[in-house]
Amino acid sequence: MNHIALLMENQPGALSRVIGLFSQRGYNIDSLSVAPTQDETLSRLTMTIGEEGADINQVLKQLYKLVDVVMVQNLNEADALTLELAIIKLNKTKAEVEGLLKNYEFEREILDEKDNYTVFKALGDTQEIENLLSELKKEEFLEVTRSGTLGMTKGNESLATNDQTKISYD
Amino acid sequence: MAKVMTSGGEALIKALADENVDIIFGYPGGAALHIYDAIYQQDRVQHILVRHEQAATHAADGFARATGKPGVCLVTSGPGATNAITGIATAYMDSIPLVVISGQVPNHLIGTDAFQETDMMGISRPIVKHSFLVQKPEEIPVIVKKAFHIATSGRPGPVVIDVPKNLTDPNEKFEYKFPSDLYLRSFALYNEAENSEVKKAVKLLTEAERPVIYAGGGAINSNAAEEIYEFGKLMGCPVTNTLMGLGVYPASDEQFVGMLGMHGTYEANMVMHEADLIMAIGARFDDRITNNPNKFGLQAKKIHIDSDPSSIDKIIDVDVAMTGNAKKVISQINKELKAMNFDNKKFDPWMKKAMQWRADHGLNHNMLDQKNPGDIILPQQVIQSAYKATDGKAFVTSDVGQHQMFAAQYYHFNEPRKWINSGGLGTMGFGLPAAMGVKFAFPDETVACITGEGSIQMCIQELSTCGQYGLPIKIINLNNRALGMVKQWQDMQYGGRYSSISYEDSLPDFIKLAESYGHVGMKVEKLSELQAAMEECFALKDKLVFLDVYVDPDEHVYPMLKAGGDMSEMYLSKTEKTFE
Ligand SMILES: Cc1ncc(C[n+]2csc(CCOP(=O)(O)OP(=O)(O)O)c2C)c(N)n1
Ligand SMILES: [Mg+2]
Repeated sequence: MNHIALLMENQPGALSRVIGLFSQRGYNIDSLSVAPTQDETLSRLTMTIGEEGADINQVLKQLYKLVDVVMVQNLNEADALTLELAIIKLNKTKAEVEGLLKNYEFEREILDEKDNYTVFKALGDTQEIENLLSELKKEEFLEVTRSGTLGMTKGNESLATNDQTKISYD
Repeated sequence: MAKVMTSGGEALIKALADENVDIIFGYPGGAALHIYDAIYQQDRVQHILVRHEQAATHAADGFARATGKPGVCLVTSGPGATNAITGIATAYMDSIPLVVISGQVPNHLIGTDAFQETDMMGISRPIVKHSFLVQKPEEIPVIVKKAFHIATSGRPGPVVIDVPKNLTDPNEKFEYKFPSDLYLRSFALYNEAENSEVKKAVKLLTEAERPVIYAGGGAINSNAAEEIYEFGKLMGCPVTNTLMGLGVYPASDEQFVGMLGMHGTYEANMVMHEADLIMAIGARFDDRITNNPNKFGLQAKKIHIDSDPSSIDKIIDVDVAMTGNAKKVISQINKELKAMNFDNKKFDPWMKKAMQWRADHGLNHNMLDQKNPGDIILPQQVIQSAYKATDGKAFVTSDVGQHQMFAAQYYHFNEPRKWINSGGLGTMGFGLPAAMGVKFAFPDETVACITGEGSIQMCIQELSTCGQYGLPIKIINLNNRALGMVKQWQDMQYGGRYSSISYEDSLPDFIKLAESYGHVGMKVEKLSELQAAMEECFALKDKLVFLDVYVDPDEHVYPMLKAGGDMSEMYLSKTEKTFE
């Protein structure tokens, strides 16, 4: 799995350009999360792209070519943290759910129990979340919503920028 | 300086004038009416009224290809915008700088399926370099400036500006300020290549035994012809151009082996196949060039210069990649070659071999002088005849089909920007409106449109525009009474089952048609009359002439690469091929 972090102009149509690029070039997005940053003129995206089909360097170059895209980073190649949040509902009691989860490492919290249905959150590495879900597929009832992967590099490396290219005319 | 107050519509036209635009091509309608009113009240920007919005985009495109300056067009919302789409896609595929301004329904109606509403931003998204939806009238001058910058810089391309009608309201004025500088966040442009890469390239070039220079449309876009000529001479090796690159290296030069690819010359394709070094300049290893990419240039190291980093390693992996402006990067390489006094003699045997290939199966340049018993005209002879009549100096636009390939093969372009065709999208209907754009840019030059009876009918309405503005274009119609290129494929791959390629009984009388628009029509059916008719056509300096030439309907374009094969696998004629 490839995780890509991207900073883009918070402009109408910018997100559809990024997404459109994927369908246009025949790449698949597995997950996508997007929200404004502390600078309201910029939005930040994290995308997960499967290994199949796409040549990741082509994807990065094509993304960077979009005028609205300010920065692109391949988190797989950087020293980066990635994290995903899943909210999951099962037709089980709180105690049963706690039993089910005891062998997992990720951070979790039971959020609610009502009418024998329990909602909990799992916060961890995307692969761990995937493992949990493939286990839970055996259950009779399963509802899940995921944030998509979020990522950030460690240390002083940063995607944030204020660089403006000044283009002067005589 | 006194404040200048303008409406959005006035600001738009004034900003175009401040961008040094003096001509735009368009067609009015409801959402663009405020803009048209602003056009009426000024005289810095001339508006050319075409007969279909597709023609507006192609005319602006032809203007851009011939001049190197961005072409501009203006259309209304809804059907005006959708009619422009084919032309925008045509420009996009060939990396041509266009600025397309489309009217849009008023802001408050966007999203309501209002009359003549189309989501132009959405519908054009995959075929533009960038697009803008204007949100405040004050930002129009800045958007115009950005649009021109984006359209023309790096790898050029079309930019759309969608303008809601209420933002051009003549009653709402604001202060007009045309920006002197632009700020774009992280807009990377590449100029020169890294010195280390230049060194690597020069090492490969000078260590090669069988190098070839392969230059495409990007070399024309970056105005690199002079540098490439010098480079060619320093190397003394074969040079080939793509369909889009014709003219960037002079066709009459002895090192030029012709066009390569699908319908490239035998010698160009053989050179590519046998080379041990391929130097690609502003060319993108398109599938019409490489044939089967898995069998492409297997013996060759590869160097690639392109202004678009995403073109590099996209189809073919290369040994040295130089992202940059071809003009500048080739100068860097030339400098190195000169500094080391490179002796290119060692390429002589290789060059000789290329000439032997030409002697074996090159294009037949004596064709025009052939006397065939039935007096039938071969399409190639028409191109040779036009070349002779114009001394090879005309601007030639073309449509799409066999006639286009014959023109590319037999009209030898010695200068860039003279050959104007839709290579990437392959848009039938491009030729005539593109010729109008060229003629507006160069009123004193000879402009010919080499077309087919199929293609010309796709934008034939522009004969009216040519009448209105007095454009003495020469339309050379290679009339084979069929969609010849499709027919050729049906001959070669579908056992001669001609599915929907003919209309012989319903073709218009092109002579009368041209005359009804006020032009001159001429018809030629015999080879013995061809040259005289051609000379007469070009001698009528201030008339549009429609020269309808009846050509052999059974002729095929050769060479033709074998589907899925390598570059040496070609059909050479109906009976000869280079493979088993
Ligand atoms: C708009 C469009 N529609 C269809 C095609 C497919 N096509 C390519 S060549 C061709 C035949 C063109 O016929 P004509 O203009 O008479 O040229 P000829 O090949 O006969 O010289 C067709 C239909 C195309 N390129 N463009
Ligand atoms: Mg035809």
